[in-house]
Amino acid sequence: MRFSLGKLALPLYAVIAFIYLLIPILYTFVFSFNDSLKTNLIWRGFTFDKWTNVCQREGVCEAFTNSVFIGLISTIVATALGTAIAIALVRYRFKFRSSINLLLFLPMATPEVVLGAGLASQFFNLGVQKGIWTIIIAHIMFCLSFVVVTVKARVASLDPALEEAGRDLYANPRQVFWKITFPLLLPGISAAALLSFALSFDDFIITNFNAGADMTFPRYVYTAAARGVPAEANVIGCAVFLLAIFIVLATQINSEVKRKRLAKKH
Amino acid sequence: MAFAAFGSNNSSKPSKPTKTGKVVIALLAPGLAYLGAFFLTPLIALIMVSLQIPDPAGGYAEYVPALEIGNYGYVIAEYLPHILRSFAYALAATVLALLISYPLAYFIGVKARPWPMLQKLMLTLVIAPFFISFLLRTLAWKQLFSNESWIVTTLQDSGLLDQTQYVVGTPFMVIFGLTYNFIPFMTLPLYTSLERLDIRYLEAGSDLYASPAKVFRKVTLPLSMPGIISGTLLTFIPIAGDYVNASGDFLGSSSTAMIGNVIESNYLQINDYPSASALSVLLMGVILVLVSVYVRKSGTEDLL
Repeated sequence: MRFSLGKLALPLYAVIAFIYLLIPILYTFVFSFNDSLKTNLIWRGFTFDKWTNVCQREGVCEAFTNSVFIGLISTIVATALGTAIAIALVRYRFKFRSSINLLLFLPMATPEVVLGAGLASQFFNLGVQKGIWTIIIAHIMFCLSFVVVTVKARVASLDPALEEAGRDLYANPRQVFWKITFPLLLPGISAAALLSFALSFDDFIITNFNAGADMTFPRYVYTAAARGVPAEANVIGCAVFLLAIFIVLATQINSEVKRKRLAKKH
Repeated sequence: MAFAAFGSNNSSKPSKPTKTGKVVIALLAPGLAYLGAFFLTPLIALIMVSLQIPDPAGGYAEYVPALEIGNYGYVIAEYLPHILRSFAYALAATVLALLISYPLAYFIGVKARPWPMLQKLMLTLVIAPFFISFLLRTLAWKQLFSNESWIVTTLQDSGLLDQTQYVVGTPFMVIFGLTYNFIPFMTLPLYTSLERLDIRYLEAGSDLYASPAKVFRKVTLPLSMPGIISGTLLTFIPIAGDYVNASGDFLGSSSTAMIGNVIESNYLQINDYPSASALSVLLMGVILVLVSVYVRKSGTEDLL
């Protein structure tokens, strides 16, 4: 392949592919500076107003705050539950292993409408009023499996000898966990936490089935789409994007610096 | 990333069996109980609702428990076009995503190996769309292809489209949006398997006078199969149930409605819970059957 295509074809293709991937992001950014009125369809001139007065548009900031709250609670619970399962799956041998793996895989293999409608039916049968807490219950459910998968990879790469050394030096199980296992797992746990926050924050389909009257940011955008989404929604989307990219780049640079430092030592 | 882990097939074998018992139960019980309560029982609730009948004495949107299998016959007869359309769109978008992603993943995972920083940067670009709201991205495409947009007027002026033809609302636009939105789910697992590809195998192939095309077909492709399988599953399943892209407020119109749109409107708008639930159960059943056949055929059962 690499002889016939020529040396430039593949890099050129990659550049085009990245442009294609980034076009909607760029569009959203540009139109966050649009001096628009109610809708944000036509370019009417450049302004910083939407960025500085983002909360002036009714409902945008409330929806955003709700999404952050839901994301934080769901992430904390899903990460705690999922990490425990991941540790058990890698470190211990027990019966029903494969059925547990199947139970963890199924939520990831189920379309979101099915998860959403199923949970909504359950709340309906039980007569539970839908709202923020039913959204949180739903988000913990679908984040859990992703946490297990992410943390499991990290646990599997962990050398059990390190924990044994701790035990040999008379550390009690709690000390072994908090002084050895947990710090070593931390990169995996934080990756899982970031992933579940991102999944929760951007979820629309499952949320829509279980939200009742409460708004989240994606629900706000979906409802507004019928009339035209205001530029303030673009501002929120772009701000979240910048923050996420910053976190990813910072972690990458940090790990690269660490790697170089380690390489120098040896 | 979870997708990276999902794409890998190094099944994590228990490193060393240590003491079991109470600790395992304490670690597993809370999470599994949670999934039991909020994943498994809802599926049972869904099946129960799918068999309900309208309350003879009740008013609008009131149903009583029953075992009305006929609900399934009704939804199949009523919504067969939507069901077929969903799977056709999902298939088309998955194949397109694979064709677009494979060269990209190959470039990042194989060609860019000498430059690890560049690799990381490109991976960040691949997942960058995840960081901006799914709905905002989709709306951006809608605006870019809107009836007054530069793209559409150019297509009309050049005669590729009639003056009365538009792009938004067509199956093309829906498949375009589905493909775009799920490309990262395809590229990441492809990358994880291509990144591990040993270049010496490719060199051995060409040393033995295999043409580049043959090396690709006989060496690269089979070795990247785990990535292709997880990538296609990670795109096909969510696409089959998606209802945002095909929605009339986004890229579609009433003639592009997918099964997800029907479930949404039956459930949340006209409150026909039994039909919506029956369609959900059908969707999940068909997907489970397709996935297990697919995984078995491709011989990568250990992947799950």
